[in-house]
Amino acid sequence: MPNLNARRTVYDVCIIGSGAGGGTAAKVLTEGGLNVVMLEAGPRLNPEKDFKEHVWPYELAHRGADIGARGRLQLNNEFMAPNGFWDIEGEPYTTAPGSTFRWFRSRIEGGRTNHWGRIALRFGPADFKARSTDGMGDDWPITYEELAPYYDKVESFIGVFGTKENVPNSPDGVFMPPPKPRCTETIVKQACDSLNITCIPSRLAILTKPLNGRPACHYCAQCGRGCISAANFSSSQVMIPMAQATGRFTLIANAMAREIVADKSGKAEAVSYIDKPTRSERRVYAKAFVVAASACESARLLLNSRSASFPDGMANSSGMVGRYLMDSVGSSLAGYFPQLEKVPAHNHDGVGGMHMYMPWWRFGRKNDFLRGYHIEFGGGRHMPGVGMCDWVCAEHEGYGTGLKQKCRSSYGTIIGFSGRGEMIPNEKSYCDLDPSVVDRWGIPVLRFHWGWGENELKMAKDMQETFRSIIESAGGTVLGGPIRAGQTAAISEGGTIIHEMGTVRMGNDAKTSALNSNCQAHDVKNVFVADAAPFVTNPDKNPTLSIMALSWRTSEYLLDQARKGEL
Amino acid sequence: MTEELVSRRDVLKTLSMGAVAGSVLQVIPLHAAEYAHALIEAERANKAVGYVAKFFPPHQYRTLRMLCETILPADAECGGAIEAGAPEFIDLLTSENSEYQLKLGGGLMWLDDACADRYGGTYLECAPQQQKEILDLIAYRKNASIDESLRPGVEFFSLLRNLTSDGFFTSKIGIEYVGYLGNTFLMDFPGCPPVPGL
Repeated sequence: MPNLNARRTVYDVCIIGSGAGGGTAAKVLTEGGLNVVMLEAGPRLNPEKDFKEHVWPYELAHRGADIGARGRLQLNNEFMAPNGFWDIEGEPYTTAPGSTFRWFRSRIEGGRTNHWGRIALRFGPADFKARSTDGMGDDWPITYEELAPYYDKVESFIGVFGTKENVPNSPDGVFMPPPKPRCTETIVKQACDSLNITCIPSRLAILTKPLNGRPACHYCAQCGRGCISAANFSSSQVMIPMAQATGRFTLIANAMAREIVADKSGKAEAVSYIDKPTRSERRVYAKAFVVAASACESARLLLNSRSASFPDGMANSSGMVGRYLMDSVGSSLAGYFPQLEKVPAHNHDGVGGMHMYMPWWRFGRKNDFLRGYHIEFGGGRHMPGVGMCDWVCAEHEGYGTGLKQKCRSSYGTIIGFSGRGEMIPNEKSYCDLDPSVVDRWGIPVLRFHWGWGENELKMAKDMQETFRSIIESAGGTVLGGPIRAGQTAAISEGGTIIHEMGTVRMGNDAKTSALNSNCQAHDVKNVFVADAAPFVTNPDKNPTLSIMALSWRTSEYLLDQARKGEL
Repeated sequence: MTEELVSRRDVLKTLSMGAVAGSVLQVIPLHAAEYAHALIEAERANKAVGYVAKFFPPHQYRTLRMLCETILPADAECGGAIEAGAPEFIDLLTSENSEYQLKLGGGLMWLDDACADRYGGTYLECAPQQQKEILDLIAYRKNASIDESLRPGVEFFSLLRNLTSDGFFTSKIGIEYVGYLGNTFLMDFPGCPPVPGL
């Protein structure tokens, strides 16, 4: 028998996950000269084949509703980029009694960056100093000033549009010019001006000018379906090709990581994974490991990496892995705006997302809750889709030519508002391993525990009041009830904003955190985490840009360590 | 022969004979002409496509098609739900969705039963005036709060109306009808056109 161990390949770095964090690490590490292998739990992506850009609903038998209408009014409708689901067959998760939590997972090269909203907001200086500011939560072990150069690098590389505004605690970045406002945005902007609510061009990772061989946006509003020309950012089309171009990058698809294996000295030496097509277990060896499987999945992998050295899971001597799970506070309300009935037919598409938004405009003021939220909004004459006439049918009822005409006159007259607010981490919200359930690969699954705090409930209430005042002062009428499927109360269900963060948090104290200020495990020096798991707070800014900035910073530190021979 | 008793068979027979002087068509009122128009559309589309329903039995599928076209009919500007492919779309989704099977399959049977009780025949056998009468009852929630026995019909019709709208407004003709002008390639996004008052 040949000695397989003697001939085994040892990569410099193994990255687990190909999304925003993993993709960034792959680019920076390979360009820095390291040999990198990446494990992705899903298949490779082929944009030409997998994206439904420019497809009309009538070209699909299900018209976008998907099989059995399961995608009707759902985020994962038939048009969306192949991005995963709330439920993945054979890969369950559980919730503890009394908790509700939903977990959107993506199993494909690029992960959730194939469909994400492209909202690219920097965290602000105060977001890193939460405890020092108001006594709640914790401070980060790094400051805004330490992360700012990496925001610059990420924005310069991926392309983000926006404008310099000097809004307190919503820092400006390196921006391309923003697109012009749509009619809906013009109306809302006027109302916000009258209410002294700051409404400014949004900040999205969509090119309005060519960059690094990627063309500018062609304004079809279909970013969520995936962009074949890569005018918007996805890890699969922007980061991973850069890594591949170095010749030092290997991507192993359909590889479900089971555990990180430690050697006798307590250093990580391999990842044991399931090769899904053959259902066989394999190992890949490396000198260092970057865990970027998404916050909860990364926590799960570490918790499952149990050994004599690490009985409670790797990097978990503090017991912090899985703790302080956060999602954004979400709340939505829609309005009908009669003046939009008079707008002549025109191309309203624009980019795939809002051209304007409201950053937190009451920063530093006395509010009846801590922290803040921003407002996203959208509507108008977008491509018709299933569910579009539900509200007209419900309000107008009847049938016949009158209903047909009413649907037409009401088309494009709705604007929906969604708040995205900061959740303060709490003891009730965490994930651990379900002691009795494994997935189809035999890997123990996560169990979620969830509870919003009082602060979040107050914030959601404030969002509703604000939306109402904007809608009414813009001459609109509030449409009854939240518009998103599955949302029954003013506050979103945990997990449904798809901003999971904080399960493997960083900190200076190894007793209260799992990672140090370089996102390196306190306990295992060659293990790093590079998704939203290290986040100490969850500001009202969507996490993806910060995932990339932090991953870039972590990767540069890792490169520096490698150059010093510390790996 | 009174106008209420004009049956589907009479209409089709007359149509097939052409506009013969003294035919039944000359005495039926306008709303029946609309009904006839819908029937022609339905029959024509049926023949052209030769669609075999995946879930609904033939009689139910014929009823479904009629209802779809009645919910969003062809008019002077554009075709209706049948031309838009709404019945096929609804049949496909229903074949894959047990909740729809119950609500729509059961709802169609409820409708035929209700018509038999009131008028002595299935929905398709009813005269246009009778069909209008029963639809006017189940097309509005408030009627169910007055007469609880109508609630299954109201629930059925509400779902069917939503799905018919889905089928119509996601079709080529439906998208043209609302005047959606996007899904194209632009070098630059022009923003909101000048609109008085905006």
